[in-house]
Amino acid sequence: MDLGLDVEERDGYAVLSVRGEVDVYTAPRFRERLIELVGEGRHRIIVDLEGVDFLDSTGLGVLVGGLKRLRSHDGDLLLVCTQSRILKVFEITGLTKVFSIFDSVDAAVGGDSDGEGKII
Amino acid sequence: MPEEAGAGEVIELEIPARAEFVALARLVVSALAASDSNLADERIDDLKLAVSEACTNAIEAHDAAGSDERVLLRCRTDDDSLEICVEDRGHGFDPSQLPDHPPVTDPDRLKFERGLGIPLIRALVDEVEFSPTGHGTAVRLVMRNGANGAR
Repeated sequence: MDLGLDVEERDGYAVLSVRGEVDVYTAPRFRERLIELVGEGRHRIIVDLEGVDFLDSTGLGVLVGGLKRLRSHDGDLLLVCTQSRILKVFEITGLTKVFSIFDSVDAAVGGDSDGEGKII
Repeated sequence: MPEEAGAGEVIELEIPARAEFVALARLVVSALAASDSNLADERIDDLKLAVSEACTNAIEAHDAAGSDERVLLRCRTDDDSLEICVEDRGHGFDPSQLPDHPPVTDPDRLKFERGLGIPLIRALVDEVEFSPTGHGTAVRLVMRNGANGAR
């Protein structure tokens, strides 16, 4: 099972696009990639979940860990997600109140200043 | 002609207790739910997630117990419901003893990277039961046809 993890630069943010299924098998690679980025001094990260087909609590744990790590560096971790089945996992666990979730990378890049495109 | 798996049939799947096999368990359960139940696609997704969580817990239980035995999934469909039982051979646990997470508005909430699986299972399926088997824990997940699904 492949997990795609591509990084690109967008207006001061590292955008990590995740593709595939995030579960107990693939989550360690996702966690390592996030830790690498933080280690490279990338403290403003957008995780784009639009290509994710499946995400369970292990994936949520990686995101919570990433957010905690970034906040300790005065950074932030923003999410991009419009898929209802993925959003539902955040809603059930109450994590919609912990993460800022946007409907596109563009909205996330600009959205933390004006709130536009922030869906949750 | 071979008989199709239908109402009342029990299908068993044994997976090695390793992380890479959780995807296979999800695949089998979602295929079975799609072919042998009247569950809507959204509810099949809920079940798939619940099964993934239960299998992840089972594998972690085997890991903690140093067990190389397999995890057993027993799937049963009837006219009203689809039931999946995930049996591990770990040390067992008491779900009522799980710590409560702090409220999401509490900064300490970020200390909890784990422990979200059981609350997810409870929210996603119509009925869940954790019971000791003598060798480990059995998690019984039930989805009822016609139920509205997760809140």
